Amino acid sequence: MSETTVQKSARRRRIRRTVHFGEPMPPGAQTFRAAWLCGPALTWVTVFLLVPLVFVVALSFAERGDSGEIVWRFTWENYSRLLGNGALGFDSVQRLILARSVGVGLATAAICLLAGLPVAFFIAGLPRRWKSAALTLVVIPFWTNLLIRTYAWQLLLDPQGWLTEMLATAGLLRAGESLYPGWPAVMLAMVCDYLPFMVLPLYASVEKLDWSLTEAAADLGASPLRVFWHAVLPQIRPGMIAGMVLVALPATGQFVIPDLLGGAKIALLGNAVQQQFGASRDWPFGSAIAVVALLVMIFGLWLHTRVTDGRREVSLP
Amino acid sequence: MSRRSPMNALAALLVFAFLYAPLAVVIVYSFNAARHGVGWQGFTVDWYLRLIDNDPAIAATINTIELACTSTFFSVLLGSVLAYGMSRYEFPFKRLFQHVLHVPVFIPDIVMAVALLLFFSVLRKWLAGFELGMTTMTLAHITFQIPFIAIVVRARMADCDPQLEEAAADLGAGPWMTFRHITLPLMVPGIVAGGLLAFTLSLDDFVVSFFTSGPGSTTLPILIYSSVKRGLTPDINALASLIVLVSVLSVVTVAWLRGRTEVKS
Repeated sequence: MSETTVQKSARRRRIRRTVHFGEPMPPGAQTFRAAWLCGPALTWVTVFLLVPLVFVVALSFAERGDSGEIVWRFTWENYSRLLGNGALGFDSVQRLILARSVGVGLATAAICLLAGLPVAFFIAGLPRRWKSAALTLVVIPFWTNLLIRTYAWQLLLDPQGWLTEMLATAGLLRAGESLYPGWPAVMLAMVCDYLPFMVLPLYASVEKLDWSLTEAAADLGASPLRVFWHAVLPQIRPGMIAGMVLVALPATGQFVIPDLLGGAKIALLGNAVQQQFGASRDWPFGSAIAVVALLVMIFGLWLHTRVTDGRREVSLP
Repeated sequence: MSRRSPMNALAALLVFAFLYAPLAVVIVYSFNAARHGVGWQGFTVDWYLRLIDNDPAIAATINTIELACTSTFFSVLLGSVLAYGMSRYEFPFKRLFQHVLHVPVFIPDIVMAVALLLFFSVLRKWLAGFELGMTTMTLAHITFQIPFIAIVVRARMADCDPQLEEAAADLGAGPWMTFRHITLPLMVPGIVAGGLLAFTLSLDDFVVSFFTSGPGSTTLPILIYSSVKRGLTPDINALASLIVLVSVLSVVTVAWLRGRTEVKS
């Protein structure tokens, strides 16, 4: 059987399973009912998200008037500015922001992976009745306000605070140096805020791990590192990839964390969008940056679907 | 590589400490008597008591609760009915619609925020009297809440045994009776969990609210943001601690609901 016939018969079986009071329901009647049930919500999301996104794409090809108003005349200028053609010649700022955002997203995902692995193995090794409690502990910070968890790092890393003084006494920080504002604060907050996204899919993979393989590898004389690399890693790869995507995507578009902890110097895509829609009043150019952020997201999701053979499941913490 | 290694447990506990450090520091400082800076100057509950006279904070609290309640009410209605339709019937382009529902989950907050800002300002040109404010914020919040509720309720319905409904029908229950006495009670834990999560999402949202708010519709996250931008004051820590408390309570409730239904089935 070719693949399409398999799919067709699978679909037919699925349809036949919808039995309505002893009688299978014809597809037409199902569509009619689904339209009544799903129609309102799907229309809502279309009107208040897809249509506005179409507006953003359209605006990214428009011009900015002299006083910040929108002039609906077609132009490629916003995208050419993104590529570095500034009013005063070549300008690499926009490319730098894009590269920096993707870099931050990937770095956050990598650090979250390293921090998330011990947690996932730890929870998987707990007795059954402790597991859900431990998972709830992982999830609680995720559901508390991101703004609060972010500004908290201003308190933790304050130049006059105990942490900075301790690091200075230990010789890890030079006098006058501080972790906030700057990159250390941004990365600490990023990792802390997105760690739950990594731990949950990782844990789901670790939970399904076949330990007899690792025992066999160890019995055959493999070192712990080789056991991990050859017997554990391939088994938990789906969870790792899901976690990396779930962390890297939102981290790339972050706006609050660099805004509150980065000082003036660290701008990511989100900050660039906010800058253009806010102080600079250049909505067309801001829309072009937003379109780039959207493309980065779509590319990330596409890559994820490719790597996992389309078995993408949206799991919620 | 063993199942339980003490080194791994130690690393995990350190990560847990790291995860909770920001929440802990806000709560600890909300009891700090110091008016400025991060030095510890003794225990006080003064900042909490002062919140009672803090008019902007109270107005923001009322706005936040009103916004969360209204948007959760509508998104629970739309989202649960959507989940029911999606899990019961097959229809053309179903996969495409599922992808559409993932857009609000994965889209960067800021992109959704500016898209809605643009959309609402275009609407404002066409409709007289349409201003940014609580209405636009409610519309925006419902939009990102719907998919979360639909996902939670669908997951719950997938766990249910379809034979229960068939048995009810065999015993002579009509469509409405089956829905009322079998399907709906089975959906309720999912609807409550989804509703609580949607409520928390609305309570916590800053970016979308910030861009779709108008004068007089300041919510708690917007208030906290502008306070942090102006320079931290201790009463913000007290306010933040209370918000954290509410979120923690609702997550624990959801976990408890889930645990209870798991034991039952």
